[in-house]
Amino acid sequence: MLLVPALAGLAFLVLPLAGLLVRAPWSTLPARLAEPYVLEALRLSLVTATVATAMSLLLGVPLAWLLARVDFPGRRLVRALVTVPLVLPPVVGGVALLLVLGRRGLIGQWLESAFGITLPFTTAGVVVAEAFVAMPFLVISVEGALRAADRRYEEAAATLGASRWTVFRRVTLPMVMPGVVAGAVLCWARALGEFGATITFAGNFPGTTRTMPLAVYLALETEPEAAIVLSLVLLAVSVVILAGLRDRWVSAP
Amino acid sequence: MTLHARLVVTRPAFTLDIALDVRAGEVVALLGPNGAGKTTALRALAGLVALSKGEIVLDGHPLHTLAPEQRPIGMVFQNYLLFPHLSALDNVAFGPRCQGASKAEARRTAAALLERVGLADRAAARPRQLSGGQAQRVALARALAVRPELLLLDEPLAALDAHTRLEVRSELRRHLADFGGATVLVTHDPLDAMVLADRLVVIENGAIVQQGAPAEVARHPRTDYVARLVGLNLYRGVADGTRVKAGELLLHTSEHLDGAAFVAFPPAAVALYRSRPDGSPRNLWQARIDGIERHGDNVRVHLEGPVTAFADITPAAVADLDLTPGQTIWASVKATETHAYPA
Amino acid sequence: MLRPFSRLSRLSPLSRWAVSRRALSRWTVALPVALALGLSGCGSSEPAGPAAAPTGGARQAKELTVFAAASLTGTFTDLGKHFEAAHPGTSVKFNFGSSATLAQQIAQGAPADVFAAASPATMKTVTDASLAASPTTFVRNKLEIAVPKDNPAKVDDLQDLTDPKVKVALCAEQVPCGAAAVKALDAAGLKVKPVTLEQDVKATLTKVELGEVDAALVYRTDVIASAGKVQGIAFPEADKAINDYPIAALAKAPAGDLAKQFVDLVLSPQGKDVLTKAGFEGP
Repeated sequence: MLLVPALAGLAFLVLPLAGLLVRAPWSTLPARLAEPYVLEALRLSLVTATVATAMSLLLGVPLAWLLARVDFPGRRLVRALVTVPLVLPPVVGGVALLLVLGRRGLIGQWLESAFGITLPFTTAGVVVAEAFVAMPFLVISVEGALRAADRRYEEAAATLGASRWTVFRRVTLPMVMPGVVAGAVLCWARALGEFGATITFAGNFPGTTRTMPLAVYLALETEPEAAIVLSLVLLAVSVVILAGLRDRWVSAP
Repeated sequence: MTLHARLVVTRPAFTLDIALDVRAGEVVALLGPNGAGKTTALRALAGLVALSKGEIVLDGHPLHTLAPEQRPIGMVFQNYLLFPHLSALDNVAFGPRCQGASKAEARRTAAALLERVGLADRAAARPRQLSGGQAQRVALARALAVRPELLLLDEPLAALDAHTRLEVRSELRRHLADFGGATVLVTHDPLDAMVLADRLVVIENGAIVQQGAPAEVARHPRTDYVARLVGLNLYRGVADGTRVKAGELLLHTSEHLDGAAFVAFPPAAVALYRSRPDGSPRNLWQARIDGIERHGDNVRVHLEGPVTAFADITPAAVADLDLTPGQTIWASVKATETHAYPA
Repeated sequence: MLRPFSRLSRLSPLSRWAVSRRALSRWTVALPVALALGLSGCGSSEPAGPAAAPTGGARQAKELTVFAAASLTGTFTDLGKHFEAAHPGTSVKFNFGSSATLAQQIAQGAPADVFAAASPATMKTVTDASLAASPTTFVRNKLEIAVPKDNPAKVDDLQDLTDPKVKVALCAEQVPCGAAAVKALDAAGLKVKPVTLEQDVKATLTKVELGEVDAALVYRTDVIASAGKVQGIAFPEADKAINDYPIAALAKAPAGDLAKQFVDLVLSPQGKDVLTKAGFEGP
């Protein structure tokens, strides 16, 4: 009963990828891959997605903890707000970021006058845009894990003299680690594919802000074949990294 | 290390209000049916449940103002709650680490404690690799590792099978005897309570209904719950000399009493007859058989009549008497087998 | 088979993901998800694909489908209304987007009747595939320097854009406004280092409107369409990089004659009037 829609769903997800593979210009592939702008965009994508994931972990895990563990008025509202970037069209998210962190933005203005920091059109801006769009995946995943975790272990740790921070670090975090990893991977994957917020907030310049999805989009304007090649590279890299992570984490105790 | 506490916890449909005093070296068991509030009391002592009112004083120092992690307590939880991601050794070393010991120091302390509970060879094992009895001992070692002044045990043996339980119970008794601080343990098993505790505190519906030395409680139950636990028929009535009027039945006893009184006798003291016996013993009544079930090597017969009672008889007697539920029979108890005491 | 299903359905897909270590063994699920996410980045800002174009059916009756460059959005919508008024019972549908994307959609078989491109190069994609013959240039568009209303960097001419302190946005070379910008700067013999190469002219203009850049090279029509949100500065080198807009009725136009009639309207004095008001120049 469930098998037919399951297979249809799988086909729906996998067939477009198959389309990419079938239409890939295999003969010119090596030459296209060797072009420096491909490697440049790939390197930039990997670095920014990874830094954005690190930033999301740093800010998102405590946020998930707050949502899952601390009872405060308006928590439901805050939880809903956290998921806003999930539903917001990324381009709109990029404009929103410009309005806040741009050169004339609410905070950006002050950042520039006080510290001389401008985020738009910088690699840091790419990281900010990617983290903005991808962090909710991490927060939701970690919050779910925290809610599912047995809080009695935290109580046991408290009776052993562990402070709230120690409990979190030595008991809670290790116990929800699978959720954190799953969330981080989703977050990383989303950041790697981020396009709309990035091009809107950080712009598009080779070497500093042109990530793979941006390169793919521009290549589509003139050279669809190059776009397919770039997409394949992105695909291959994510498969390799995600599969590698999986082996590492499944063998862990 | 004397504990003096008054614990009041108010919940919408339930109020716990008990006073508890435990001397250094004493083991007090909180005994009571499910939902009586004994675990709540224990969690209140640990600081995991906030007091609505009252105080917890240990050696003159108030405890109730402190967070759980600041209280000098060690706690063994019902399912032990060993941290699944840490080895047995690191579970035990967790407390000392939190108290500021270096990693090496904490592990030395932990190793010594594991040795003491006989698990030196299981130090590297993860909790899921431990048997129930081993996990219980690791949990005890972990609680003792913080050198607590107050040891709290929540149903320490409930998760074990019957055989392991016997072994671990006597071992736990030995460790508790070695422990110098005050110990409070929660159980619903009378045998655990009798074996492990110096004093029983029976809680029903959030209040203490009876307390005293195990033998004293076992001999003089004061509620139906305690009577059932210790396996006695118990009646409350009014005494007039050697007679106690319990419900519609007048029971003759060997003790002299006046006023409100309890009468207790063991089910084995009840004799059953198909027809009114000759010589007419003094405590004799007609009863209807409400149920028959195995009870150890004997058969327990539930009797309804002027009083509700249990009678334990041998399987042979059941066959001889040809007992069936619904049947009406005669029951008797010798006055010398009853025990009356003031209510 | 049903039990795990009902168990999972209580949790949101994401929290279900997160709850157990077993979730990690579901990479087979995770991968397509990750990939779908990766690609959605492109999809989300792309104009509607061929599927968005009207399909079969009433087409023979009176439906005309026009694929036109994004910069023609305002003027062509107006002309569409004129056309509908002049041809009662006819409805005109537009698919506005990047010329390159539209050209590809047509090459992939999108059912279009008319194609109006922002550059001869993109039109060439279609004529090369023999999908259209003899396109006609109907307007020309010129670049202007767009600066924020208050012109914070005091930009006066093209030369000022070479100052490293001036933040400049250009269109990416792959899109017509970017190609034109390169041509103009080359003609002036100037080297500009932009902070960003935007994916289309509207995005470039937005950066100016928000004050994120001090100047950008955009079409004169876009400056006019921004209704005062940016200030336009004409420069002489713009004449060296004039963009021709070709239009053609497509060879396989399902609406047949209506397509030619629409092209005629665009080329008529009435069409010219609408286009000139928007800032386009005659061919």
